[in-house]
Amino acid sequence: MNLFDIVGPTMVGPSSSHTAGAVRIGNVCRKLLGEPVKYADIYFHGSFWATGKGHGTDKAIVAGLLGMAVDDENIPHSFEIAQQKGLEFSFSEIDLGEVHPNTVKLILKGVNGKELEVVAASVGGGRINVSEIDGQVADFSGEYPTLIIYNQDKPGLVAKVSDMLQNRSINIATMQLHRSGRGGNAVMVIETDQEVWPVALESLRAMDGVDKVTYYSLNDM
Amino acid sequence: MYKSLLDICTVCDSQGLSFWEAVQKEDAKEQNIDLADHFNMMKNLYLAMKSSNDKYDEKIKSTSGLVGGEAAKVHDRRLEGKLLCGDFCGMVMEKALRISESNACMKRIVAAPTAGSCGVVPACLISFQEKDGLDDDEMTKALYVAAGIGGVIACRASLSGAEGGCQAEIGSASAMAAGALAYLQGGDNKQICNAAALALKGLLGLACDPVAGLVEVPCVKRNVIGSVNAVTSSDMAMAGIYSKIDPDQVIDAMKSIGRGMNPSIKETGMGGLAATPDGRAIREGLSHLKM
Repeated sequence: MNLFDIVGPTMVGPSSSHTAGAVRIGNVCRKLLGEPVKYADIYFHGSFWATGKGHGTDKAIVAGLLGMAVDDENIPHSFEIAQQKGLEFSFSEIDLGEVHPNTVKLILKGVNGKELEVVAASVGGGRINVSEIDGQVADFSGEYPTLIIYNQDKPGLVAKVSDMLQNRSINIATMQLHRSGRGGNAVMVIETDQEVWPVALESLRAMDGVDKVTYYSLNDM
Repeated sequence: MYKSLLDICTVCDSQGLSFWEAVQKEDAKEQNIDLADHFNMMKNLYLAMKSSNDKYDEKIKSTSGLVGGEAAKVHDRRLEGKLLCGDFCGMVMEKALRISESNACMKRIVAAPTAGSCGVVPACLISFQEKDGLDDDEMTKALYVAAGIGGVIACRASLSGAEGGCQAEIGSASAMAAGALAYLQGGDNKQICNAAALALKGLLGLACDPVAGLVEVPCVKRNVIGSVNAVTSSDMAMAGIYSKIDPDQVIDAMKSIGRGMNPSIKETGMGGLAATPDGRAIREGLSHLKM
């Protein structure tokens, strides 16, 4: 948290959690998909479903999928803009169980056929948390460049990954490890201070024991 | 971010800085931003606040239809010279309504500290600028003072209605604005901190009970009480009236009151005004707002 979280952000109202946070979830999903969204099935949980219409959460999330920023004055008109740009969307209610009350699940398809499933929550003050990507644990804020590395749980892999990042002068801001069980499937979620270049991503993907690498960049696509 | 108002004052004394400089320096260092760039970022937020006030449109209503057009009514009565609270408080009241109505109507605002309380700080600062003719740089310094106070509240207590009730949103905004007004009136650090403490004390225990869960009723009008309370608190501190409870301890009290609040009055839309017969009737009447 910094001073511009106290005064700021500049945003379209009415709610930092239900409006600005929803725009940011849309933004992050669009970048994770890596291409313009063609179809979006949007499932609102809890308070997002109950009060979302009155807070413009529906318009906000579509605006985010279109790449609008939280202060874009076109957010209230996002449905019309989506129509012009060929983005089709639907809203439904979902019960995701014991999750944050402002949680949403999105099933997306891009213009070139890429598919993505994301679960994310708006956790207050416009901040968000992406908790799942394609059914697997993620857990990141979207405030930093983020590496999500799906790997096998075996000794030395964390050190290899951090070595590789160090060699490329990339500083790790936060790091989390999750695993299904000893020696099973594991996930490293690494937020970094610098962007990770494609060549570094390739060497991560080529590493023995790494199954899949998803990268979230702050740069616009 | 500073952990206490006392820390800010201590840094001011030991390094010979004014309140706003101590706040700016600490955050610019933490974020690794050049001081001049940091100042411009804060100034842009002040300019965005002015723009949110300028772009008010009295003809539009919120999605629910509950909010819109009320600032214009205060404006008319102020111009007729009929406001009991006088012209300056009238200006403050009007701007608080303009900006928070705009927020409810999906227009662009600056969260300060939150969207629901976005009218308080700009209503006080812009009105003061209109009255005294200070330039935007001086107003930016006042915004640093407000942000510094808000930062301490965020560290020690909370700025979220879901966590601490409305006292954490409107109460915090009011404390931020009061400190900034004391600074603009030439107050020293003691007066800045006491203006903030007096403002927060006056709103301790305020429930967050939005009707139908929307940032409209009573949020928009609570921006008025938050900003007028900031004016009177700053006036008291400038007159030499101080809080008998240390300002940092007032913030701690806000935290403990927030913890003790029933969840029904912490932004759930279940208790307080939301649970009154009228509140429930409004909620029922908005069933067309289901997705």
